[in-house]
Amino acid sequence: MSSASPALPSSESESASAPSHLHLAVALDGAGWHPAAWREPVARPRDLLTAGYWTDLVTEAERGLLDFVTIEDALGLQSSHFTEPDGRTDQVRGRLDAVLIAARVAPLTSHIGLLPTVVATHTEPFHISKAIATLDYVSTGRAGVRVQVSVRRSDAAHFGRRTLPSFSIEDLGSPEVRELTVDLFDEAADYVEAVRRLWDSWEDDAEIRDVATGRFIDRDKLHYIDFEGEHFSVKGPSITPRPPQGQPLVGALAHDTVTGAPFRLLGRSADLGFVTPHDAGQARVIVASVRAEQDAAGRTGEPLHLFGDLVVLLDDDPAEAAARKERLDALAGYPYTSDARIFTGTPAQLADLLEELSQAGLTGFRLRPAVAGHDLPAITRGLVPELQRRGVFRHAYEADTLRGLLGLERPANRYAAAAPDAAAATA
Amino acid sequence: MSKPRKQIHLAAHFPGVNNTTVWSDPAAGSHIEFSSFAHLARTAERAKFDFLFLAEGLRLREQGGKIYDLDVVGRPDTFTVLSALAAVTERLGLTGTINSTFNEPYEVARQFASLDHLSDGRAAWNVVTSWDAFTGENFRRGGFLPQEERYSRAKEFLATANELFDSWRGDEIVADQEGGTFLRDAKAGAFVHQGRHFDIEGQFNVPSSPQGRPVIFQAGDSEEGREFAAAGADAIFSRYATLTEGQAFYTDVKGRLARYGRTPDQLLILPAATFVLGDTDAEAEELAREVRRQQVSGATALKHLEFVWNRDLSAYDPEGPLPDIDPDLGEHTLARGRAQVRMYRDPLATAREWRERAAANKWSIRDLVIETGNRQAFVGSPATVAHTIDELVQADASDGFILVPHITPGGLDVFADTVVPLLQERGVFRTEYEGTTLRDHLGLALPSAQETSASSVGSAVRGERAAS
Repeated sequence: MSSASPALPSSESESASAPSHLHLAVALDGAGWHPAAWREPVARPRDLLTAGYWTDLVTEAERGLLDFVTIEDALGLQSSHFTEPDGRTDQVRGRLDAVLIAARVAPLTSHIGLLPTVVATHTEPFHISKAIATLDYVSTGRAGVRVQVSVRRSDAAHFGRRTLPSFSIEDLGSPEVRELTVDLFDEAADYVEAVRRLWDSWEDDAEIRDVATGRFIDRDKLHYIDFEGEHFSVKGPSITPRPPQGQPLVGALAHDTVTGAPFRLLGRSADLGFVTPHDAGQARVIVASVRAEQDAAGRTGEPLHLFGDLVVLLDDDPAEAAARKERLDALAGYPYTSDARIFTGTPAQLADLLEELSQAGLTGFRLRPAVAGHDLPAITRGLVPELQRRGVFRHAYEADTLRGLLGLERPANRYAAAAPDAAAATA
Repeated sequence: MSKPRKQIHLAAHFPGVNNTTVWSDPAAGSHIEFSSFAHLARTAERAKFDFLFLAEGLRLREQGGKIYDLDVVGRPDTFTVLSALAAVTERLGLTGTINSTFNEPYEVARQFASLDHLSDGRAAWNVVTSWDAFTGENFRRGGFLPQEERYSRAKEFLATANELFDSWRGDEIVADQEGGTFLRDAKAGAFVHQGRHFDIEGQFNVPSSPQGRPVIFQAGDSEEGREFAAAGADAIFSRYATLTEGQAFYTDVKGRLARYGRTPDQLLILPAATFVLGDTDAEAEELAREVRRQQVSGATALKHLEFVWNRDLSAYDPEGPLPDIDPDLGEHTLARGRAQVRMYRDPLATAREWRERAAANKWSIRDLVIETGNRQAFVGSPATVAHTIDELVQADASDGFILVPHITPGGLDVFADTVVPLLQERGVFRTEYEGTTLRDHLGLALPSAQETSASSVGSAVRGERAAS
């Protein structure tokens, strides 16, 4: 049973990093995940639109030997409302395109993986496929993409191609909203399928530069993908050759909903699933559900790393971390809540929790620093040394690619014909 | 001299997917790896060039129903490369070609505004159009746009993007940590656009960038393209690098500006130009001939003949005479994803003329294609090329050139080391960057200061910012 074997079943992942090793990522979003993060003296709220700010954050994460960063994004202003702008002026509003941030940071870093967020609902799989392939080139094999859907009525109005209804989080169970979310997640799965086919649409050795015949490519090694879905079709091939990792990594955040659509997306399409268990019991249930979807999609045994998401406020004194949360909540004017568990405490306490949760079948964690300027360094300079002392986190980068860090092999190309020599030998 | 000498603008075009690019040369490197882009960008910045230019095509070319395999094939994503280049350069402008047909204004505007932030004001957008269903097969909407509407959509696309760029005035973010006010205005970025091609509204989510708007380039040569440029572009990427053609184009386009309330210095004419340098003029001429033969192999010559003939000519010998049969005058279906097939408006006449020239000169098919193809714009010693460039600019054949090396990525190195110092000695090219933004390099004001239309809500506030 896949649900009974928590770690990746594939042998290569276990040989690349000891089974006890945790994988760690941070999720970057503006000044941090707490809505009042920007009010902290350590925050740099006037720098959020500069290259220097993002370079500093990712460089700090790389100093802590983290596997990767994700970068949040959206096709509309930040809002506390589910589908509409909220008109607030007391929180960070405005952001830069996450793919461009990742590309800007790539040449200035050398080992850490980069996963910008992309909204599948309103963008073109053809454009995103080549953008992430190119991120893989400019980072020499460290690219991935975090795919997201947008249910926001206001985002849809920025594109004018489809009309979405207005609703609040309480309406998530209504038949209309359920139907909508199933449709959007299934479209996202189609989107990932088209993107993946485009990454494979050039075989690795398609560029031949054969001076004798004048041919730059062997066109038999380029492939039309002929993707046909309910919402779009894409002919291919990509204009960009297959990226260094072959397939950059695809991640998605998924919650346990009545429709099951988010977990189905993970099961069908993802290399990395970000999930939000609040304790080890929930983690077990979530892992079993996602593995069941993976089986249903015919991907039993294929690598799918599940990362637990946690919002973290870290201080050397647990009381100080709790007090900081209260202070931030007071500044925000309401207690901050999240889909993910909000952890306040010391790096050692967080290390305890991560070890416990990992027993439930999570292979890593994506930590959301409540205050980027405070909690990111607390992760890299407090949590990481603690995990290293416990022998569950790397002491140096062991690979140059994101696949390498996560123990994933470079996949074969789905369009490559079986090696003719081998076929001939067995014939 | 009564008139001060014009300052020349220079840019580097990353070698593209035409047969201009000689991939067979031992010195030719990758056209995909980032190191090649970084090499060209660093050379251009070392030489104090205005900007680097990336072209784009959204479907691989085909001929006779097969992917065209004789030229460089494939390229990375424009935005991603330019943003990464911003990390390895400090002053060089970053110009990307982005299609207005297979994109949406909200997304493209946020990408250019983001690039402008991440490069501290060095972003430029070469706005191109396409309409063909062939390219559309890669996109959600497919081939939705009739050819005659491509500029109508491009115009509205650019106008809409400008509304988005202008939707933040530049003073909304106060980020008062003590008082708790991040935004001065809850409606920052608000926009409504209702038009034939776009019906969108909401709030733009990228606050105004250092240049306000990216610098706008236009590359089309048609009547509509010229009018589009006169109405709203800051620069034209043109194809006329010779004296008489250049002057005719320059006069024509600059003459259109007054109708839009614009002055001649608000639209720069920058033709693409290839070059071959040698120690002496004679050596450069010899080298240029060699390069043209490298650019046109026998196989390439046959394919180029097919652009005119619109027939499969693969049975012909490229070293033999031209075909006796006439071109197929039906709709051109043989070469797809190529603009140049439209240049031959009267294939019968072109075929007749080429047969006569080939017969008179005893040219083979390959000789003919080499001889009728474009000769390099600048061929000579560094002194000759510097002189030629300066003379063309001073004679108003252009305001500068976008140089297209034929070798990736080192093809600009010798130009940077030999021709640029001579232009600097002549006092017609900068020895240091004077400003930080691409608008500074090109001598263009912020968009606000250019606006004469009182209907633009943002202009008054932008004007203040520009003046301060």
